[in-house]
Amino acid sequence: MRVSLFVTCLVDQLRPEVGLATAELLERAGCSVEFDPRQTCCGQPAFNSGYRSEARAVARTLIEALEGAEAVVTPSGSCCAMTRRYRELFAGEPEWRARGEALAAKTFELAAFLVDRLEVTALGARVAQRVSWHDSCHGLRELGLRAAPRALLARVAGLELVEAGLREECCGFGGTFAVKHDAISVAMADRKIDELESLGIDVVTGADLSCLMQLGGRLERRGSRIRALHFAELIAGGLPALAAAAEEPAR
Amino acid sequence: MIHGLKAREFDRLSREALGDDIQRGAIGKATDLIRGRRGAAVARLPEWEELRERARAVKAHTLARLDHYLLQFVERAEAAGVVVHWASDATDATEIITGLVAEAGERPIVKAKSMVTEEIGLNHALEARGLRPVETDLGEWIQQLAGEPPSHIIVPAIHKTQAQIARLFAEQLGSAEDASAEELTAIARRILRQEFADAAIGISGVNFAVAETGSFLLLENEGNIRLTTSLPRLHLAVMGIEKLVPRLSDLEVFLRLLPRSGTGQHLTSYQSIFTGPAPGRGAAPRRGRGGGPGGAPPPARRHRRRALVGDELRRSSLQCIRCGACLNVCPVYRQIGGHAYGWVYPGPIGAVLTPQLAGIHEAKALPLASSLGGACEEGCPVKIALPEVLRDLGREAGEAQGEAPGGEGFGCGRWAWFMRTPRRYRWALRLARLGFPLGKRLGPFRRWAEQRELPRPAARSFRDQWKERSR
Ligand code: SF4
Repeated sequence: MRVSLFVTCLVDQLRPEVGLATAELLERAGCSVEFDPRQTCCGQPAFNSGYRSEARAVARTLIEALEGAEAVVTPSGSCCAMTRRYRELFAGEPEWRARGEALAAKTFELAAFLVDRLEVTALGARVAQRVSWHDSCHGLRELGLRAAPRALLARVAGLELVEAGLREECCGFGGTFAVKHDAISVAMADRKIDELESLGIDVVTGADLSCLMQLGGRLERRGSRIRALHFAELIAGGLPALAAAAEEPAR
Repeated sequence: MIHGLKAREFDRLSREALGDDIQRGAIGKATDLIRGRRGAAVARLPEWEELRERARAVKAHTLARLDHYLLQFVERAEAAGVVVHWASDATDATEIITGLVAEAGERPIVKAKSMVTEEIGLNHALEARGLRPVETDLGEWIQQLAGEPPSHIIVPAIHKTQAQIARLFAEQLGSAEDASAEELTAIARRILRQEFADAAIGISGVNFAVAETGSFLLLENEGNIRLTTSLPRLHLAVMGIEKLVPRLSDLEVFLRLLPRSGTGQHLTSYQSIFTGPAPGRGAAPRRGRGGGPGGAPPPARRHRRRALVGDELRRSSLQCIRCGACLNVCPVYRQIGGHAYGWVYPGPIGAVLTPQLAGIHEAKALPLASSLGGACEEGCPVKIALPEVLRDLGREAGEAQGEAPGGEGFGCGRWAWFMRTPRRYRWALRLARLGFPLGKRLGPFRRWAEQRELPRPAARSFRDQWKERSR
């Protein structure tokens, strides 16, 4: 299957490794991967500040860039969920509304695409670490993203998934909230981090770079040994080198 | 002047609250308990989602035809012997009520828990006349003893530990410093019994009002509302215009939703429906202001609730049935408690209602005091799109800020301009990269970096690396 990447602006600028890892996982699953450089952002920052016409202007660029793709895959639950809002965002513009809906219908979050769409869970990775999954708010509530990433992690050799009681609690990011109300935002992260540290895990992972920046930035400041990594990066990091993999037939 | 409004001080109040570990512990413990009970009650009701949708539809329908149902309600209520007064704002409402209290001879007053009377500052207005309204809900009574407003819609003293309450009672009533929960309740019961016996006027709120019968419904667990509304000779019920439902049969869905959503109960211990005064208790004669019988609702001017009715999204805020569920799941409320929101409505519904009822200039920080994670919307039994309303209010708050450079709106406009073409996007990011070493000491970046490491821009973006990869 031909897949067009929507890498998201955060990944593009801050953690390109997540984009590369996403492409690698998709290729392992048998997809051919493309990237259209006309894409910028899904419009979420403006949308979340209540600036709907600005959000529409940015959303149009994404629609134009990616509407020709067979399927669009993004390593962000939150940006994927944003495309699901285009229907309502363009309520007053029937043409754009239809185009937005069409894009949303073929846009998938990475884990959901691999597991639910391609029915691939085993990618042949080995990561001998204790890992906890953070259920980001938008992926969880708007996409129902819960089982798919866990199915992927379950097939990573050596990986021990440690479920946190507070896995579904908000990390405190929330865009402008994180800087406007920084003290509250940090207190929210600390509540989760306190638990994660008590679990003795090595890595907290998830499907949204924004949450992982929030948790990771705070973990680092606290001097914690826990790392915050996007699951694509975590899994791709445990893949045998491509050459070695060629000898080992994929299962 | 809105009594007790301090939402402008949200920043200071929330920082102070964050420093109060005892309060955070008390709120965490109590909300976890309620969430657990609620989860269990909801899980036992397979038709939960269907009920939510029905409740939302009833409320939305009523609000869309509010004048019709209001007039119907007033007509039927008056036919049943109720005297209805219209108030156009808080001052108007407190003047009408203090007037009625004066007519009744200003005798002892007991009160049932009611958010709308908190909203209009009724106790304050009565106290200004030298009266002493006594709250009779246990939590509310504790808050009155402490001289504080409630900090939660359903559990007014949720932020207090039992030890703090025992100390408060010891200071105010001379009881033992280490009194047990049972002893504290017994003390309250003894004092409140006497207050009920002496009271001549009972003031309550309204949970739901039924247009077709002119009835209204009150829900409670302690029995104090029954006493407040039946022992004194005069019962004054204060109601916001949004409390209506069209038919008596509509109550069925709300009777199932509200207790489960609020406390995880299948039903509250008491449900009281009032259709006109009890036999032998004639209605007080109407006098003075407040609109005539069956008369038109008061003019929209100054009336904040009526102003909301005109806009579909904003209007949805009035669907709220005050169950408190959005507070219990809100990760921000959990950290800062109710008083930080600076008025009577805390948590997500407070962040939605305060800027709308008090004016955006009074509460600019509130719409942004949410991570927009959506736990509140998911928990709301009448499906108010709380994050959606917060986003809309956030823009209004930004505009009220004057769109100053660096302000929210200004930033969004510029940001969107840069994001509109890939070329501008690349420039913007090149600029950002150049500016990063300086920028991290400024504004939003500095606030991020005070307690968190700031992510550094990658040396080469994904798009640049991809170009090489595909070569
Ligand atoms: S907004 Fe919804 S959840 Fe919050 S108090 Fe009102 S009805 Fe309950």
